Amino acid sequence: MDSSVFTTDFFAALITGAILAGMPLLLAALGETISEQAGLLDIGLEGTMLLGAYMGFVVANSTGSSWIGFLAAIVAGMAVNMLMVVFCVYMGRDQIVVGIAILLAMEGLTSLLHAAQFGESYPRLDAVPSYAIPGLSKIPVLGPSAFTQPLIVYIMFALIFLVGWFLYKTNLGLNIRAAGWKPVALDNAGVDVLRIRTIASLMTGALAGLGGGYMAIITAGIFVPFMTGGLGFIAIVIAMLGRGRPVWVFVGSLLFGIALSIATALQLVGINISTDVVQMLPFVTVMIALALFARRSYLPAALATPFVRGQR
Amino acid sequence: MNDIANGVTLTDAVRVPSVWERGGKTFWRSAAPVVYGLLAGGVLLLLLGKNPAAFYWTTLESGLLTWSGLMQTIIRLAPLLLMSAGFIVAFQAGLWNIGGDGQFLLAAAMVGGLGAYMMGVMPSVIALVLLCIIGFVVGAAWTVVPSVLKAYYGMNEIITSLMMAYLGINLANLLIKGPFLTDQAYVPQTNVIPFNFLMPYLPGTRIHVGIIIALVVLAVVHYIQTRTGYGLRLRVLGANPKAAVHAGISVKRDIITSFALSGGLIGLAAAVEILGVWGYVRADWNPAFGMTLFAIVFLAGLDVMVVIPFVFFFAVIQIGGHEAARQAGLPNDFLLLLVGLILFFMVLTEWARIRNRFSRRRRKQQAQAGAQAEDVVTNG
Repeated sequence: MDSSVFTTDFFAALITGAILAGMPLLLAALGETISEQAGLLDIGLEGTMLLGAYMGFVVANSTGSSWIGFLAAIVAGMAVNMLMVVFCVYMGRDQIVVGIAILLAMEGLTSLLHAAQFGESYPRLDAVPSYAIPGLSKIPVLGPSAFTQPLIVYIMFALIFLVGWFLYKTNLGLNIRAAGWKPVALDNAGVDVLRIRTIASLMTGALAGLGGGYMAIITAGIFVPFMTGGLGFIAIVIAMLGRGRPVWVFVGSLLFGIALSIATALQLVGINISTDVVQMLPFVTVMIALALFARRSYLPAALATPFVRGQR
Repeated sequence: MNDIANGVTLTDAVRVPSVWERGGKTFWRSAAPVVYGLLAGGVLLLLLGKNPAAFYWTTLESGLLTWSGLMQTIIRLAPLLLMSAGFIVAFQAGLWNIGGDGQFLLAAAMVGGLGAYMMGVMPSVIALVLLCIIGFVVGAAWTVVPSVLKAYYGMNEIITSLMMAYLGINLANLLIKGPFLTDQAYVPQTNVIPFNFLMPYLPGTRIHVGIIIALVVLAVVHYIQTRTGYGLRLRVLGANPKAAVHAGISVKRDIITSFALSGGLIGLAAAVEILGVWGYVRADWNPAFGMTLFAIVFLAGLDVMVVIPFVFFFAVIQIGGHEAARQAGLPNDFLLLLVGLILFFMVLTEWARIRNRFSRRRRKQQAQAGAQAEDVVTNG
């Protein structure tokens, strides 16, 4: 292969693309991590993202402010996860079935609302302004691509550490992990397990909704039905592989983000690789890694089991 | 997750159920949420300014009450039932085979890609049988990695089968755009199997024999479930894996075989759909039956006799709803919302039922305790 192919253009496009594609994944996977640590398997993540994307787009479009749009996406995501809270946390119903119900309902709902509201016109949001970080943005290749981003992207980077600190260093975070690993112990310590799980699920909804909102407001600038295209499920996989460690979740999201965008970056320098091949790469890598170093996947012990006080 | 979620205890699981009694009960119990779901969907239609009565009537009419609609519904039923059978086998053993769509599409791509060629070199009947076997084998093969990781390392099969599903979907596209690509069409797809080589119709109809295959397979699955040692072992495994180990069941072998059987039946579903209806596979084609059927089978209590009417109803909604949505000027995806709503109401009524049962038992206990106390007071 011609070595001149890998120009700065290529890497810049790759990094920009990886961040564009990887950010929603990162947010959703961070959210899923919190739920999983609390013992909730949120299969409906994709549905949460979709409503977040839709509401984010609609509000950003009508108010003209991307920030209010993001806020709406967060609220929408939390609203979706209220279903998870009511059905799975308080009623103790099966999380996979409820998750699938959320997924299908939100796919249908957003598509329906979209058709009813934007049947004739297809408004597009203006590009969100980017901010260059002084100093860092002067680094060749990496600077203009990674450190010249909309403000929200920097906030998302900060979230990686924030979630890590929250889960491992704060009281509430420890309670959340206890709710997933040993809910009985948490209950005996006098903490309301259901309340902790509710908080965790709402945080998941907020993060996943924001991830969806990011896709609609920043990545695409428009809402399209089914625009999440399976990212929610990839985020679930990333969260499970991340084993509750936000930094690993970040690495996984970046890996998948690169895979999702490398085909476009390669086209930029005149190489046509099938997106099908490239999109398989992270899955192949992960499957091989799992097969070779197969260990138990360190999932919280009480994952996907409803907590009923007094029941063993 | 398994023992609580399925609502069965070990003794429940090993009891051989009476087909009609249990099936009928579950069926009627499940009719109510469907009605609620349709009502809620109707309210939504009203809000959108559509006529719900007209919508549902068109759905019923073009999915069930006209001969051509009914035929289409039954044709659709074949792959749906086979896929459901696949899910039943896995769920019964406590395995969450969430990667059904990947197994389905990969099998479809293999069958569609090899179909036209095989029809050319051998009698079509033999080719049909071989292609069905190929579909089964491909679907089964796609479960090997998740099931081995599960059996030997306890790796969660939800995550691995989900990943294999993405691999399968991408690999299917690669095959269709690569080795199986036809030069006869403008869009990427496989060669087309000539119409008269496809699965034969049932006499007097345009329904292909796939539905017979599906019903026979379901009967066999039900027989295995309820009348064989293998079925019993799977049920014990699903109800309580630890008990299964102590009962001397070869857990590893049973996990791998039941997972393979599950994927195989889903692969067979794909073969039947391709050989009965399409004759070719287009790139990026994904009917995405998996998720909905996954939930339906679960809510039908993994009971074959309940799965059939449920899936039939789903097929009517799919076929008739398509036409109704078109006439009402709604996107087809409204049906997804409808199915989602029905699922929510199913979960809700299930919860209400369990609650009632508990509170009834508690009242009974309290009444007994009260009677005893009275006894003590009057006699002691």
